[in-house]
Amino acid sequence: MSPPPAVDLGVRPDGPIPNPFAHGLRRSVGRWAGPGLAVTYLSLLVVLPLAALVSKAFTSGFGVFWQAVSQPEAVAALKLTLIASLIVATFNALAGLVIAWVLVRDDFRGKQAVNAMIDLPFALPTVVAGLTLLSLYGPDSIFHLNVADTKIGIVVALAFVTLPFSVRSVQPVLAELDREVEEAAASLGASSSVVLRRVILPGIAPAMLAGAGLAFARAVGEFGSVVLISGNLPFKTEVASSWIYSLSQSDQLSAAAAVSVVLVVVALLVLVGIGLLRRRFDIGESV
Amino acid sequence: MTVGTLALLAAAVSTAVFPAVAGATPSGSVSLVAYSTPKPAYAALIKAFNATSAGKNVTFSQSFGASGSQATAVANGLPADVVNFSLAPDMNKLVKAGIVSAKWSATPTKGMVTNSIVSFVVRPGNPKHITNWASLVKSGVSVITPNPFSSGSAKWNLMAAYGAQLALGKTKAQATTYLTQLLKHTAAQPSSASNALQTFLSGEGDVLLDYEDDALYAKSKGEAVSIVTPPQTILIQNPIAVPTKASNPAAAKAFVAYLLSPAGQRVWGKQGYRPVLPKVASQFKFPTPKKLFTIDSLGGWTKVNTIFFTPSTGVVAKIEQGLGVSTSSS
Repeated sequence: MSPPPAVDLGVRPDGPIPNPFAHGLRRSVGRWAGPGLAVTYLSLLVVLPLAALVSKAFTSGFGVFWQAVSQPEAVAALKLTLIASLIVATFNALAGLVIAWVLVRDDFRGKQAVNAMIDLPFALPTVVAGLTLLSLYGPDSIFHLNVADTKIGIVVALAFVTLPFSVRSVQPVLAELDREVEEAAASLGASSSVVLRRVILPGIAPAMLAGAGLAFARAVGEFGSVVLISGNLPFKTEVASSWIYSLSQSDQLSAAAAVSVVLVVVALLVLVGIGLLRRRFDIGESV
Repeated sequence: MTVGTLALLAAAVSTAVFPAVAGATPSGSVSLVAYSTPKPAYAALIKAFNATSAGKNVTFSQSFGASGSQATAVANGLPADVVNFSLAPDMNKLVKAGIVSAKWSATPTKGMVTNSIVSFVVRPGNPKHITNWASLVKSGVSVITPNPFSSGSAKWNLMAAYGAQLALGKTKAQATTYLTQLLKHTAAQPSSASNALQTFLSGEGDVLLDYEDDALYAKSKGEAVSIVTPPQTILIQNPIAVPTKASNPAAAKAFVAYLLSPAGQRVWGKQGYRPVLPKVASQFKFPTPKKLFTIDSLGGWTKVNTIFFTPSTGVVAKIEQGLGVSTSSS
């Protein structure tokens, strides 16, 4: 079975990129219609709400913003959230690689079913996910694994909701990886660990990083699946999203916005950092 | 076009042009925005209202959710003809937003539609012998109560605990110390009352502090729980109002009138809520605590909210900070 042809979205060396939106329109209009549409859409859905969030956070000045984010509860919740998200992103990057590897390189009965199952955490309402995790890994656990009200419980919930990112970002790249290069390396005497380290990993590292970045960003804001299994104890197992919810319920909307801004900025920094790291691998945009 | 269709059309036009002429039967749709626990009760109440002559032409769109979120949603433009919250401060949010009249509590029932109390929900047979507030802070007992900064129900619970200490003759300082002990015994503080019930039903904790009506509902659904009525507890009062900007005030007022009528109050009673009409309440056998106090006896919600539940600076926030610091350094 040969891998599907790669979709080429890169700039062609000769001639401009054919613009699918230009068809039937005058060139000059077509050239701007696409970007214009994309920018408008992005503004309405992402940029404007984020700008509103930031302006809400700073309505009463930087002093009030700083007070909101340096409160002991906020600091404890942010620290817990960021550390747990980092652990989950790292762990799932490895677990996602293993799962993607099995799905791409191995053949077994029920592979299609497993493949379809990967995305289910996306479809499940997160509160239902939280309830399910609580019944499986809570005090009445059939496996006698009780992680309720612990930080481990938080990591389990976050790992569950972010797994699809980690698998799906690596899977297509792994499928397109040229196996002949691996074979050539092996025939030249490279051990399998060297093949993994020098041939496979450099090829998929950008994809793994991208998946980890998405998983991190998703984990930072996760609420529904976490609050049930975490026990939501202030200073111990209360995540940032839950503290933000408390602030909003207590009519402290600018404080809620302030803590949210911290989450968004950290997520943005991580995503930008990962983008830079990927560029260092210097193999173009393979995902 | 037949004569029949013409008649129908005429009827439709006349109801559209002259909605709810004074004295006429109210019709149209009422949008009900309420906190989450009375959802099953409203199913029964709407059915009963639709069976009355005043309610037969009224339809409903219903929205249930955390009381504070619902109030915020209405304040930000969610259309509502009837609003029902778990505690008065949420109604006052709408007064501030200019949506509900400041005189909403000037009714024979002081703006309230139902009462309840804070109860202890325990495991079947009460294996930890939970009988009063002191037994909640014995060693080896773990308590579940929602997070007081996100849940109105948790505020009722903690004020019940605090007021019970005062009712026992303790000083305010001793009552605050009791709150500290109680929160120390808290194994989880889920974000809402319904999350707290789910957490308890999943096997966590020995005692759940809960609305009596919610506990009775869980029991009626066959959940394996026992209910213990504390000797001293708080009277929970749930406010209702028709916003001044209601789009269908005639039908909304008719519905609220039904909810507050003896017939409506009997349905509430059957659903586990303590009726606000004493005559109807006496027809039900709700347990009578030795001492039942109100939030007004503790200073009223505005004062209590500021003193106890201001995030970071309130009494409860300070207690949580103290507990958080002591556990992270140990």
